Amino acid sequence: MKTVAELNAARAAALKKIVLRKADEVIAKQVQSDYKYTVLVCGGTGCTSSHSTDIVEKLKEEIKAKGIEGDVQVIMTGCFGLCALGPIMIVYPEGCFYSMVEIGNIPRIVEEHLVGGEPVRELLYKETVAEDGSIKSLNETNFYKKQIRVALRNCGVINPEDIYEYIAVDGYQALAKVLTENTPDEVIKIVTDSGLRGRGGGGFPTGRKWALCAPNKAPQKYVVCNADEGDPGAFMDRSVLEGDPHCLIEAMAIAGYAIGATKGYVYVRAEYPIAVNRLAKAIEDARKAGILGKNIFGTGFDFDMDIRLGAGAFVCGEETALMTSIEGNRGEPRPRPPYPAVKGLFNSPTVENNVETFANIPQIILRGAEWFASMGTERSKGTKVFALGGKIEHTGLVEIPMGTTLNDIIYEIGGGIPGGKKFKAAQTGGPSGGCIPASLIDTEVDYDNLVSIGCMMGSGGLIVMDEDTCMVDMAKFFLEFTVDESCGKCTPCRVGTRRLLEMLEKITDGKGTLEDIDKLEELCNYIKANSLCGLGQTAPNPVLATLKFFRDEYIAHVVDKKCPAGVCKSLLSFTIDKDKCIGCGKCAKNCPNDAIVKTDYVAPGHKLPSYTIINDSCIKCGACMAGCKFGAISKK
Amino acid sequence: MEMLNVKVNGIAVSVPKGATILEAARKAGVEIPTLCFMKEKNEIGACRICVVEATGARGLVTACVYPVTEGMEIQTNTPKVRAARKTTLELILSTHDQNCLSCVRSTNCELQKLCLEYGVDSKAYAGFKPTYELDYSVPHLVRDNNKCILCRRCVAACNEQYVSVIGANNRGIDTCIGHPFDMPLGDTSCISCGQCTVVCPTGALVEHDDTDKVWAALADPTKHVVVETAPAVRATLGECFGMPIGTNVEGKMVAALRRLGFDFVFDTNTAADFTIVEEATELLNRVKNGGKLPLITSCSPGWIKFCEYYYPEYIDHLSSCKSPQQMGGALIKTYWAEKMGYKPEDVFVVSIMPCTAKKFEIERDDECAAGAGNPDVDVVLTTRELSRMINRAGIQFTSLPDEDFDPALGVDTGAAVIFGATGGVMEAALRTANDVLTGKDNENLVFEEVRGTAGIKEATYTIAGLPVKVAVASGISNAKVIMDKIASGEADWTFVEIMACPGGCVNGGGQPIQPQYVRDTVDLKAERAKALYSQDEAMTLRKSHKNPIVAEVYKDFFGGDWGCHKAHEILHTSYVKRDKFHH
Amino acid sequence: MLKKVSTIPHQGTPEQAQRLAEVIAKYKHDKSNLMAVMQEAQAIYDYLPIEVQTEIARGMDVPLEKVYGVATFYAQFSLTPKGETHISVCLGTACYVKGSGDIYDRLQEELGIGGDECTPDRKFSLTACRCIGACGLAPVLTVNDEVYGRLTADDVPGIIAKYN
Repeated sequence: MKTVAELNAARAAALKKIVLRKADEVIAKQVQSDYKYTVLVCGGTGCTSSHSTDIVEKLKEEIKAKGIEGDVQVIMTGCFGLCALGPIMIVYPEGCFYSMVEIGNIPRIVEEHLVGGEPVRELLYKETVAEDGSIKSLNETNFYKKQIRVALRNCGVINPEDIYEYIAVDGYQALAKVLTENTPDEVIKIVTDSGLRGRGGGGFPTGRKWALCAPNKAPQKYVVCNADEGDPGAFMDRSVLEGDPHCLIEAMAIAGYAIGATKGYVYVRAEYPIAVNRLAKAIEDARKAGILGKNIFGTGFDFDMDIRLGAGAFVCGEETALMTSIEGNRGEPRPRPPYPAVKGLFNSPTVENNVETFANIPQIILRGAEWFASMGTERSKGTKVFALGGKIEHTGLVEIPMGTTLNDIIYEIGGGIPGGKKFKAAQTGGPSGGCIPASLIDTEVDYDNLVSIGCMMGSGGLIVMDEDTCMVDMAKFFLEFTVDESCGKCTPCRVGTRRLLEMLEKITDGKGTLEDIDKLEELCNYIKANSLCGLGQTAPNPVLATLKFFRDEYIAHVVDKKCPAGVCKSLLSFTIDKDKCIGCGKCAKNCPNDAIVKTDYVAPGHKLPSYTIINDSCIKCGACMAGCKFGAISKK
Repeated sequence: MEMLNVKVNGIAVSVPKGATILEAARKAGVEIPTLCFMKEKNEIGACRICVVEATGARGLVTACVYPVTEGMEIQTNTPKVRAARKTTLELILSTHDQNCLSCVRSTNCELQKLCLEYGVDSKAYAGFKPTYELDYSVPHLVRDNNKCILCRRCVAACNEQYVSVIGANNRGIDTCIGHPFDMPLGDTSCISCGQCTVVCPTGALVEHDDTDKVWAALADPTKHVVVETAPAVRATLGECFGMPIGTNVEGKMVAALRRLGFDFVFDTNTAADFTIVEEATELLNRVKNGGKLPLITSCSPGWIKFCEYYYPEYIDHLSSCKSPQQMGGALIKTYWAEKMGYKPEDVFVVSIMPCTAKKFEIERDDECAAGAGNPDVDVVLTTRELSRMINRAGIQFTSLPDEDFDPALGVDTGAAVIFGATGGVMEAALRTANDVLTGKDNENLVFEEVRGTAGIKEATYTIAGLPVKVAVASGISNAKVIMDKIASGEADWTFVEIMACPGGCVNGGGQPIQPQYVRDTVDLKAERAKALYSQDEAMTLRKSHKNPIVAEVYKDFFGGDWGCHKAHEILHTSYVKRDKFHH
Repeated sequence: MLKKVSTIPHQGTPEQAQRLAEVIAKYKHDKSNLMAVMQEAQAIYDYLPIEVQTEIARGMDVPLEKVYGVATFYAQFSLTPKGETHISVCLGTACYVKGSGDIYDRLQEELGIGGDECTPDRKFSLTACRCIGACGLAPVLTVNDEVYGRLTADDVPGIIAKYN
């Protein structure tokens, strides 16, 4: 593709491939589809883990057997978002949503739906089938209806391994537009006006970041994409890479044009093999198509990019550490200033953004800054992708306008807490973040609101916790993570986080004192103020946030020597209700430490004597309770 | 240059754009503590001890790397700053072996000094503390990671020496400074230069202490215990006793050595004059006979080891001359022992050196002129170890009278004195070569182009109508530049001087430890070298070949001219190719 | 993070050495490729013993200490060989709250090895990993590339038996 005209011709030709999926658009009426049916199977990591590749094989086999290969297009897409219901499959033109698909169902779906033309209603996601049997579109379900997909717009819609499908959905039009219609400064202005802020955590305005780098002269400047998504429970970036890799390429080329860089690096976790392979193929295809390389679209602009694989170090999500790592070193952060805009990768001016930030760029260019700024809140524009996890019905990936309340996210979109349990808190920002307690469930989620309550947006992991979660234990979990991931360079983080963890362990072991809580808080504040990089500076946040909202739980651990949620083993005691115990002895058999013995007491209505637990011998493993069918054992 | 106006604790100063808060504070006369910082060498902002408050910056910032901005107001001594520094020290102490009382670095430890100043509670934070075995695998130093504070100054020093056998391993609380696969230092391609020991703020890297061997020899009535002292030691020993940097304490040093009980006190400078005449002869022979050129000096055992490990194909460029230390020992155990009627095995030679690699050098093969099993030098003490012996013996160093070396091997020349500074060997050689080639006693003694502390110096001199191209390098990174040019064939030098330590022996790995703020603000290499150059200037004998002992020994003992067979047997050595990846 | 170094002697084949040499040749023009070389070397050998790291240092012309420093910094690099069956337990948040810690403990108990270790017969090795993105199936573990989800500690013996 040497010119924009060729790009447009390719788009027109490719539309036939994807038109079935655009059922609600005008264009669908003008273009004749190549196929009668399009079957999209989720090929994201979640669904692949539940064998969606086997499903595709089986589908192809059955379709071949029925001789309808010419009519049915089977595509593996990126993530649809509703991971809890995987493996997921959608059939167009109806847009039927099959959830938790099993291989055994495939012959029936092929036979009845793809041959017979009648969707298999009982295998569809229950929410999409109305009482009268009519089938609702996916977008009408609770999970999707409040979502607005900008960064994820192509995820689960196109074949990520086919550059022409991307081109068909206006891919590379934004790049063509800036190269032919805008000066670099204009591009920066559009991004600035859109109000887009960095989606990686800190929320630094993207346009300003580009503007700081653009004027710096150097023989070589760089655009770096941070795809080292490392927060436990977060997989937003992976989904974009898996579902829409060309979008990232396009955005990085636009950034390169804006700041005067001709070389890009994507630093992506090696733990994301599907994402890496799709991105590598996308880069290769873009090069072959002439969209990466020299003289792109005949405009004289050169841009190329490479992938560098991370190797399992959370700290490499910090921008200077990431660059140190790309340079082939231990991924230790460097002091700032100098900022990367001045002295970044290989000591050259560099712009670094994360995947989701970049994923917004092409749409901002095509639809305008105003359109983007019309979504969201006053200071947080656009949408944000969240990975919902923990104690929530619909584990998965959602993209919602900034300012959506936590309540809507958890109950409307996420389907609430399983098992009728009570919502306790939501954790955002992973190990750098804090938690939002139930009392603040009506908080409108945006950068500034979260910061104001001592939390942070982070990259978008949102872990829901219910009444069974001990907040001290949760803080300890995140501290364990940061202690493990501390790079070891600066004293406050290397030694300080370890000491924090030890204090937390003392508390959850029931050996803490009120004084320890004060000392804990003091050390947290010290580490925040004194650490070299963002990892250390935010490492105490989970402790500080839980201290702020759940101090009573800490106090219960140190004063009452109790864990209110019944999690911290050292503080638990198991008891057998002698009147409920029928004396079957299963608990005694299960006990690995012979801590359960028979008593002389026979409860009224029972024949055998009841059992009791010797507290000194009990190791609090819970095996007795798990095995008791009569609910006679409780912990507190 | 654009200047920025800032205030440090209310004191107004003006500093160039790009200056750090630390630089501004130093200009204002305000000292900010540092631990990891080494100017231009280790600007990593890791230890966090130098935090200060500054307007326009969020929270605390590290003064060592944070650039000032116009109008910035810096506060270095607020309650917040003091509390932060105190906690940092307490956290460091929680992983530090606090067995400080008899630590070699006690009273000279940068951590100890700060702990005292900040009144830290040494037991404020208890918890997991990694423990490490001590590494005694090399003759020149001992590594005790239990005292390491992970400032990485040693790593920076080792990287600057291009050797990089020491670095940070593992991660988080388990991060430790060490070698690949935790192998002992002795299995690595360490060149023994000891620069790591000079920059270590604590007792994690210290010279291997050999003083007990010397005390034992001194107490042994059957031994004639002889000491020789390197040129650079007299320029620095005074620092160990609080004297100003650059004080020449030759006379007091000799007096102290006598009081310690050495039977004879000789000067390695005398041996250095032998080195010059032998090396000059070797050079002229190579030029005449088409031998390997450039000829490269061999005085620095750290450099020799580097060449053997990293440029093994080029060891035939090295002069076969033993180093002055080894020539000194060899002459003592052969010529002098014979003259005194002592059996060589009854002579115990101690050398006082600015160098840790010398401890390695005495164990090399082909360094036993008096016979196999009898090393030319028995024990090497660094300047630092000597100062400890002087203290232990209760000698009031600064009040000592000046005394002279024993004359048998204690007469020297100005040429030998300047061996202690980079370019000194070259200049000494040029003085002799000039006379030999012109057949005259030339007045010209100063070769300015090879003086000074620059890492690489090049010059072309015309001697007897012939152009002589020379190069001088100090510090291994610079040596590498020279070697790469030789390897690529683009070099056309005749003679090259290389010293392993930046600035030469005055800045050797065995020299007195100056805290980093001194190293950052004083050019130690230059100040110490001054003491040597001014001694040279004041001397009447300033050319090696004019040393009367040289003439006497060749005539009476070697029975021949410079480079004769017997001189060769006693004063020359050989080298081995080493594999830097052989473990 | 303290890397465990295997004491099991390294055995490499000439084919592996040849492949490593090719990898080094491909990347040696640019020292910043060190990690990529190490990643590909680990793909060849499963782990990075001293023999392999030495070859990398020699080929890329970097100090061995640098290679080792990098190898011990990143969780991905292993200094112990993998067993024929490699079990990896997800300790990401979602899995953790659903009890993956108990599963990990149980595996250590049943296999008689610690985390990041290999059984002396090289049959099993065990490690913990961060979120693998299968949170919908939490708690999960992977055996070689096979994912097992929605587990309890009591499923552990059965899984081990399947591969023994």
